[in-house]
Amino acid sequence: MEGVLALLVGLVFAAAIYLMLSGVLVRFVFGFALASNAVNLLIFTAGRLAHDRPPLISVGQEVLSEPAANALPQALILTAIVIGFAMLTFLLVLLYRTYAETGTLNADDPRLMDEMQEDDTRGTHPPERGAA
Amino acid sequence: MRSVILKTATRLMVGLILIFAFYLLLRGHHEPGGGFAAALVAGTGFALFAIAEGPAKVRTAVRLRPTLIGMPGLAVAALSGLPAVFAGKPFLTGIWWTLGDPGSGQLTIGTPLFFDIGVFLAVLGAILSIILGLEEH
Amino acid sequence: MASAKTDPHASGTARIGLYSSLLPLGLLIGLFYCWPAVAAGKVISVSYPWMPSLDLYLSFRLDGLSLLFGLIICGAGVLVTLYSAGYMAGHPQTGRYFFFLHSFMLSMLGIVTADNLLLLFVCWEGTTVFSYLLIGFDHESGKARDNARQALLVTGAGGLALLIGILLLKLAGGSYTISHWMDGGGTIRAHSLYPFILITVLLGAFTKSAQFPFHFWLPNAMSAPTPISAFLHAATMVKAGIYLLMRFHPLLGGTTAWMCTLVIVGGLTAVWSALQAFGPLDLKRVLAFTTTMALGMMTMFLGGQSAPVLTAAATFLLVHALYKAALFLAVGIIDHETGTRQLDRLGGLGRGMPLTALAVAAAACSMAGFPLFFGFIGKEIMYAGALAEDMFPQFATVAAVLANALMTAVAAVVLLGPFAGRRPSALPAVHDPSWTMWLGPVILGMLGIVFGVNPEWVSAYIIQPAVWAFHPAREEVLLTLFHGFNMPLLLSAVTLSLGALFYGVRRPLGRMITSIAERLPLSAGGSYDTGLYWFLKGAKGITRRLQNGSLHSYMTIILLVLVAAVAWPWMQRGVLTHPWPNLGDHFAAIGVVLVIGAATLVVLAAKNRLMAIGGLGAVGTGVALIFLMFGAPDIALTQLLIETLTLIIVSLVLLRLPPLEAAKKRRAYRRVMDGALALGAGWVMASLLMGVLQHPLDRSLTAFFEGHSYLAAHGRNIVNVILVDFRALDTFGEITVVVLAAWAGVALIRKTKEPS
Repeated sequence: MEGVLALLVGLVFAAAIYLMLSGVLVRFVFGFALASNAVNLLIFTAGRLAHDRPPLISVGQEVLSEPAANALPQALILTAIVIGFAMLTFLLVLLYRTYAETGTLNADDPRLMDEMQEDDTRGTHPPERGAA
Repeated sequence: MRSVILKTATRLMVGLILIFAFYLLLRGHHEPGGGFAAALVAGTGFALFAIAEGPAKVRTAVRLRPTLIGMPGLAVAALSGLPAVFAGKPFLTGIWWTLGDPGSGQLTIGTPLFFDIGVFLAVLGAILSIILGLEEH
Repeated sequence: MASAKTDPHASGTARIGLYSSLLPLGLLIGLFYCWPAVAAGKVISVSYPWMPSLDLYLSFRLDGLSLLFGLIICGAGVLVTLYSAGYMAGHPQTGRYFFFLHSFMLSMLGIVTADNLLLLFVCWEGTTVFSYLLIGFDHESGKARDNARQALLVTGAGGLALLIGILLLKLAGGSYTISHWMDGGGTIRAHSLYPFILITVLLGAFTKSAQFPFHFWLPNAMSAPTPISAFLHAATMVKAGIYLLMRFHPLLGGTTAWMCTLVIVGGLTAVWSALQAFGPLDLKRVLAFTTTMALGMMTMFLGGQSAPVLTAAATFLLVHALYKAALFLAVGIIDHETGTRQLDRLGGLGRGMPLTALAVAAAACSMAGFPLFFGFIGKEIMYAGALAEDMFPQFATVAAVLANALMTAVAAVVLLGPFAGRRPSALPAVHDPSWTMWLGPVILGMLGIVFGVNPEWVSAYIIQPAVWAFHPAREEVLLTLFHGFNMPLLLSAVTLSLGALFYGVRRPLGRMITSIAERLPLSAGGSYDTGLYWFLKGAKGITRRLQNGSLHSYMTIILLVLVAAVAWPWMQRGVLTHPWPNLGDHFAAIGVVLVIGAATLVVLAAKNRLMAIGGLGAVGTGVALIFLMFGAPDIALTQLLIETLTLIIVSLVLLRLPPLEAAKKRRAYRRVMDGALALGAGWVMASLLMGVLQHPLDRSLTAFFEGHSYLAAHGRNIVNVILVDFRALDTFGEITVVVLAAWAGVALIRKTKEPS
């Protein structure tokens, strides 16, 4: 089963990258959401899918005696999901604000490109001889 | 989207959803659930309430400014790490107290419970502030 | 300035100065307390672990050398702090000033007492940073900022060189602990890395102590407030390089390379700086050149091996600290009282400020090396030392005589210029400043006389312990008032006469030196400016190329690197395979996988927002189902809830954004390129995962959690226990990120205008 999921991860990730490269920032967000899912799935699969029993210790027992699913990747993914959500939300709000400010969501639009600011060259003199 | 059916249903639902969130929060240490899930459930409940009744009602119901829920959440989580420091252990190590006597059933309370409550408040504060901010804008 | 004295802020400044002088005073008293033991040869040391895995310990030791430097640092620290109380009165940023000043002082003390080389480096950088902040203290002046940056770049680069030297030393089998150095330098000197260690350490010392060709930053550093120039750029910080040379002397010294470099660089710096001191009219710049001259002399003497040479370096260190700090502080007084420190506008101040004049006279006589002053003893021992140099004694002697004669003339300029003669009519009536300000120069000037008539005491209690700390042979060190009629005495007489001659021709000499310096085809300061100019130009060019603002090109570069860096080594491993699952066992799971795949394609091909949102929802839900099927109810629950909330927020935002149909399509060639890149990236991820699956899984961490979750953390849900107990600190970091992201989002929403 892990092999199938590996292929799925590759597919979802490729789709995510294709969307993120599109230059349309709304699609970028879709790609971002897909990529989060792909990565979570990757971590989950890397922890193996050998057992389908949840890692819960039954009442009356003190240690997990029967084989169960790997708890460690689950803990990693749980926070990753929430953080991914927070980032996605922030990204959306950022888009909203960007659109309000610039009126475009095309990444290649010159209104969106950072204009290289002419930074000050104060204090650096063109080559000339100073005092020794 | 101010339909009467939604409004009526929401009034019933939101209470239930919040109780469920509270239940998830408390049982999280032994069963599936916990602070993250509880905060998401509660956040969904408030989002539903905001859709049905408008964000202003949610603000009155919550009373606190949502941005001021996240910060105390972080503070609760951080404070729950301090008892361990005073006990000479690393920050955020779990410290447990057992209440009651062995005959009539015991209750074990530990700092991880307060940490989970901090997680709950922090995530809930984050969700509420974004949703209400977007709804109102 | 008189009005400033009644100003409440000014009196507040005075109070800060008075109170905070207790810090150096306390340290000074502590040093006095340790003094007898250290003078008797005892080494006091303490050590605490800091980062033991990096061999970094907070270990300090106080031996004779540390004591000499410590006394200078703390003694000058007390006087300069008191002085600053008056000098800085009325300045709006005195709190910051005293903070920088004392932070610097503590870093400097750290350098001279550190027993661990890495700790020494940390303190070394501390002095660089605080020196930068203090040179640029007048931060509204562009010139001050430039000068501060110049000092930072030069000494900072030297600091990095020193760090490399320290690491190389470790590599060559040396120790980070200075106490282990007194013996065993032989293996380092014979090691093949020795030349590199030598070069890097010398770079560190030469930049800090302003030796040729890095001498140009020190005169420019005079844009600092005058007490700072006295403290950092005369008495203490610039001597850190000298300290370093002394410390490394038993370890690296004694080789031909060491001796040649130090004697020649030191001698050149001394003579060239002493000549340049005649050029400027600004008294502070004059003094700055004489400081580089003094540092050059010390460097030159550290090139030697025998006790007289090293004694000359250590003695001159003390002599110079006393008179130079006094002169700087006095120049500050002149500047403070008259508003100028240009030589051509000053004169006849002696009558108005007798105390200051007296202090300057004592300091200048010491500087010129008149008998009965400490400078005389210093000069005698210098000549004895120069004659005893192991390498180029003739060169050293000539350089010393020439530099000292020039110094004598400069001393006369500094004393007679402002104080003698008639007062120019443009100058207001002057008087001595408040006691906090004249105390420093007067004490320092008097010490020059006290030490001058008691040289035996100084040599027994200060100089000999200091020299013995870096001179394992421990030959006797003795300073006396009168050495008898010998070569050094003759040279002293020559020096004084030459000095009088130079004083006579000071104006033409100054003009000549200035015009020579201007006509040199290649100057160190000019090379610095040119280098900085081209460096910044190059940096700007690279930035413009790489940071061109195009999201597409950023992502393309990152992905190409990912594919190239991961895929290329990966392909060498052959084909990765994994057994196909038994369809019957995983019938439902395969179905979900197919749904996720289809939903992904829907998102990819979506022509409108609703379709894309629907596809995303299906993908997320499918993933949640996978989690649920394979024993992860916690994350399945979280994932489903997140899907709901995402749906709400996405629809709230997307409805206000332009529809997808309006977006321009990519050109065909770009679609192909992007597609290839995306497939490559997807392939990398899939094959990485396949590669991971080839290896057996290490479940030891999981096993630990399974075994301890209930017993140690009283929880049956292992995932939750990991989150809130075992790895709670990680979770804390994560919820912090969540809260911050939400706050940033709210801030963005609040300021947003309604999109048109």
